[in-house]
Amino acid sequence: MAKKWKMPKWFYQLGSPRWFYDISDRLLPWFAIPAVLLLVIGAVWGLAFAPADYQQGNSFRIIYVHVPSAVLAQSAYMLMAVAGAINLIWKMKVADMVAKSCAPIGATLAVLALATGAIWGKPTWGAWWVWDARLTSMLILLFLYIGVYVLYSAIENEVKAGQAGAVLALVGLVNIPIIKYSVEWWNTLHQPSTFKVTEKPAMPPEMYLPLILMVLGFYCFFAVALMLRTRAEVLRRERRSGWVQQLVEAS
Amino acid sequence: MTKTEPQMSLSRVFWYTLRRDILLAYRRRNDLVSPLAFFVMVASLFPLGVSPDPAFLSEVAAGVVWVAALLSTLLSMDSLFRSDFDDGSLEQMLLTPQPLALLVVAKVLAHWLVSGFPLIVLAPLLGVMLFLPDAGFGPLVLTLLLGTPTLSLIGAIGAALTVGLRKGGVLITLLVLPLYIPVLIFGTGAVMAAANGLAIGGYLAILGAILALGLVLAPLAIAAALRISVSN
Repeated sequence: MAKKWKMPKWFYQLGSPRWFYDISDRLLPWFAIPAVLLLVIGAVWGLAFAPADYQQGNSFRIIYVHVPSAVLAQSAYMLMAVAGAINLIWKMKVADMVAKSCAPIGATLAVLALATGAIWGKPTWGAWWVWDARLTSMLILLFLYIGVYVLYSAIENEVKAGQAGAVLALVGLVNIPIIKYSVEWWNTLHQPSTFKVTEKPAMPPEMYLPLILMVLGFYCFFAVALMLRTRAEVLRRERRSGWVQQLVEAS
Repeated sequence: MTKTEPQMSLSRVFWYTLRRDILLAYRRRNDLVSPLAFFVMVASLFPLGVSPDPAFLSEVAAGVVWVAALLSTLLSMDSLFRSDFDDGSLEQMLLTPQPLALLVVAKVLAHWLVSGFPLIVLAPLLGVMLFLPDAGFGPLVLTLLLGTPTLSLIGAIGAALTVGLRKGGVLITLLVLPLYIPVLIFGTGAVMAAANGLAIGGYLAILGAILALGLVLAPLAIAAALRISVSN
């Protein structure tokens, strides 16, 4: 008889809210300190010391906020969908809490990306908003976040809300490749990706290095924000369990 | 009784579900009229609210008809599972040994036949009222024919997710509208291209591809969503 394959032990431990609460407590500083360092160094370097663009002058510097928030808005959506799928398949409480916590953070990042894009578009394109494929698909991403968030809050039963939100997040996943390739499929106003992992960027290093720092900093910041929200969610949902009550009494 | 009944073949189950839903719709004919009336009314608001100028209207006609069809589909979506949920037949459907995704396709098809198809028949009439260029009529009907089944399939996901909720109606629009946008873009894009004398094969191919993808994946999502909504 063939040996039945099992998921590793740590995978099941992830499903325990208490284990997650303990491990995230230890992990938080490992993300919070790099987040502050990366964001401060990246912002100061990018906003004050990076050379001005020969065409756009100083207005290009908004990419140091715009690109990371746009990248993160998409990554957060994918994480939300993956966590939702894990919740649907293995019925993991922590995955559900992570997915739920992703929605508001992701929506905020999408708003930030759209807002910084609009502020940059006004002097460069001459308009706050253009109905361009990349902008429109980013707006759809924001609507999807709002839909998931509203669905989570509309269903009172938390288990059902988590599963319903997961299904919606998975359906909305079709939008992610559309955003990614919108600038390549349609010949639009929004320029193609600023940098790719596989190719050498078209910018000089003193311009793209701060951008990479900012993107990494945003990822760390997102991890911190997500952990804090998920921890609050853990405490809220497990408020009746013994370990949470002990925690409350001890503090 | 210990002997189990032989299972019905899938095509018979499909056919029975389809016939049941069409019959139910026929018995409640009044419910069918309101999305159609809504479709015509929304389209007639644009000349009144924006401009009755024929030159302007002929430019926006395709978009207006498409948006009206989209909103009308959305309006009718809430009733797709509602009555079955209320009287308990939805639970019976979940308990049958037949695959739920198949039953769901039959229900969506029945819903499209009674609420989506009449829109397509009415669309050329609205096209005339809105001064749609002659070259646009064929593509308008073709794109609606390819696009509205997709709208019904996507809308059914939203309907299935919200069927257990009392205030499902408004919520559906929030969940489903963002997913409708690609269909709308390619649908109106094809009519605009045809009106300008350009080829529309590419647009139709993409609409067909979206429909094929929706037909394969949406029933699974609808079935999963129904199981979530009905379970307690």
